[in-house]
Formats: sequence, structure tokens, C-alpha cells
Amino acid sequence: MKIVIKNKSELPIYEQIEQQIKAQILDGTIAENAQLPSIRQLARDLKISIITTTRAYNDLADEGFVISVAGKGYFVSPRGDELMRERMLFEMEDGLQKAVTNGRNAGLTNDEIRAALEQFLEE
Amino acid sequence: MENILEIKGLCKKYDGFALRDVSFSLPRGYIMGFVGQNGSGKTTTIRSILNMAQKDSGKITVFGLDSVTDTITIKERLGVVFDSLYLAEHLNVKQIERQLKPFYKDWDSAEFARRIKEFDLPDNRPAGDFSKGMKMKLMIAVALSHKAELIILDEPTSGLDPVARDELLDILAEYIEDENRGVLFSTHITADVERIADYVTILHAGKVWFTGTKDALTERYVIIKGDAAELPQSAREKCIGFHNYRNGFEAMFPAEDAALLPDVIDTEKASIDEILVYIAKEDKHERDTASDTV
Repeated sequence: MKIVIKNKSELPIYEQIEQQIKAQILDGTIAENAQLPSIRQLARDLKISIITTTRAYNDLADEGFVISVAGKGYFVSPRGDELMRERMLFEMEDGLQKAVTNGRNAGLTNDEIRAALEQFLEE
Repeated sequence: MENILEIKGLCKKYDGFALRDVSFSLPRGYIMGFVGQNGSGKTTTIRSILNMAQKDSGKITVFGLDSVTDTITIKERLGVVFDSLYLAEHLNVKQIERQLKPFYKDWDSAEFARRIKEFDLPDNRPAGDFSKGMKMKLMIAVALSHKAELIILDEPTSGLDPVARDELLDILAEYIEDENRGVLFSTHITADVERIADYVTILHAGKVWFTGTKDALTERYVIIKGDAAELPQSAREKCIGFHNYRNGFEAMFPAEDAALLPDVIDTEKASIDEILVYIAKEDKHERDTASDTV
């Protein structure tokens, strides 16, 4: 897991943490069921407030990316997990939507867009 | 949540200065930034916690113990870092340890030696010759070596270079990883508390202006800028520290009232530094208008 905090970002620190952990869970950099550093460890490593890391983890748990196990800590949700699956489907649809819009803006026909998608599927 | 430090209705009068009804509390396991202008009463509050100043009224408890009657027990479990060295300046590190050791039941010589090494402090030079950063680290080494559960720092970063300030934040971040501890950190350099503090108490002219989580503070106010002619009267009344320049106005504004603002007015997040500046501007403004009407 890698987190970079930008002090000059307009995004609050807890959102920076959330976004980066989400991205790494979705692309598999952080494996399913992996244990995250504890709230206090993460605060120490990043030299930030404990309330900030608590807030980031709570939000990630609310959105289904991680599971809080009492007394043990936070774990990445299994990929079969329904909320997690929904999140991934959402990310896929969002990406497809953008791809179609960009393709149309470039003047491609539906068939050409489909062909482009086929190529990615074969990779 | 148990409070490691609790202050209720603290009052203390000096000539020309008074702490008025100061109340705040710090839950165990967190860091509180204690900020305010020079002369706002931070040091007097800290001296009252340490029973170095006699309070006129109010109650202070540390670890649930009374700050006056249990002061000796409290001091065994508490570490302090001041902006100048409170230890004997003519002694070296080893001699200082010999002098301090008998005062603490839980003194840990191995830990002290480890910290002195970690902080790169020479053990053969008198502490009075140390740089400001080294003196700060020596005071922290002392606090850590008697297993202090609460560390109170009074302006530890004033006059420190950026590297030493960063080292201090490292040390505090490590210290607070243990959830049984607490830190009260007074400073007027708010960048130091902006990132690491969980709670913030702002003292202004001897009174508590805000106390709560840092997020609650920075989400409560925004900075607004624009043309004063575009600002509706209803919004103008909510401005804190309103200031009109030739090219427009600036003010602090309650985030919850943002609906009163037209789109042409720019809003920005407020830093703790900015919040302090606007509190001071509002205060000056109020005093100016009060003297105008006399």
C-alpha cells in the first residue's frame, strides 16, 4: 500500500487517503482480505491526525471497500462481496460510458467502437 | 471516552490580563493543538495545569486527579517541554540524569540512553551549549524516560528551524501511536498542528474561542473574497473580520450560511492560521467601532 499526502491539495487529507486506497483495492495492488495498517500506525507513518485516518477508514467501511473486525483491525473486503462487486461494476460502467463518449466525439461509428472494445478484451 | 486532561471554568486575574471561564478537555489517545496569539493566555493556562500559577477559581483534573492536591502524583506521570530549557544549563546529559532520576519512580535509564543516542545529543557538553532543537529533544528524552502519559509542550517550536520542527512532529506521531497517551501542544505556528492535531483549542483574549476536533473547526469557516457591493446585508452581518480593500473585500464566513452568498463571491477553505488572523481582525474592528461611538 502506498499513500502520498499532498499538503497543497484542495482535497482534504481523509479524502486523499480514501481515493488512493480505493484505487489500489480496485486495481489489485492491495489484495482482497489483506489487513490494512491500524488507524494509529497509518497516522504515525503519515504524520497526520488519528481522527483523519479514523474518518478515512470509516468511510471506506461504509462504502464496502474494507471490513472492520472488532479487536483485529481493518481488512480489504473479499472480491465476491456484493458491495465490492457493485463498486467494481460501477467503475466499469463509468469507464465504458467515458470510452463511448470519447469515441463518438472522435466521430467513430458504433461498430468501430465495438471493434476497439473487442481488441481490449483480447489483450 | 476518558479525558486525560479536563479544565472547567478556569479563571485567573493578573494586572491587565485575565483568563475568563476557560474550559476544555482532551480525550486520552489524542493530540490537541492549543493556539492563539501571543498574550492570549496559553502559558497561563499551562502554568495553572502544572500548579505553577495559583488559579482564582475553576477545576483542573489530569488523569482524573486534582491539579492542586495531587500535583506530585500528576508530575510523576507528566512530561513538559518549554521553549527554553528548564534543566541545569551547566550540567551535561549524564549529570542531568543523575540529578533527575531520584524524582521519578519509573525512571528508565536504558530508555534515556537510547533516546539520547537516537536524538544525536552529545553526552559530554553542558546542556546550556546545546542548540534550541537539541534542548527541545533533551526535554522530550526526559519526558519519555519517565514514561510520561501526557506531554505538555509550551511553544516548543518557536525559534526552531524547519528540520527540528519536523523531527518534533515525528517524535509526537510516534509517541501518540500508543492510545493511552495524550499531548497538549501550544504554539502560534499553526502549520505544526494543522496536520497532526486531532483537537484544537483556540484561546483569544483570555477566553476559549473554539474547542473541538480540528476538522469541525476547519469545516465550520470559509474565507470569502469579492466585491463588497455584491455582498447582501444578511451575509455581511455574518462576516468575521470583514476587511474592505481598494480591489474588493475579504472576510471569514460561517460555512453553514454559505447559501446567503451569491455565486460571484469566491469561497476558499480556511486554514487555522487564517482563522486566527480573522478572529484578531474582528476583535480590532469591534474595539474600533466601540471607541467611535464614545
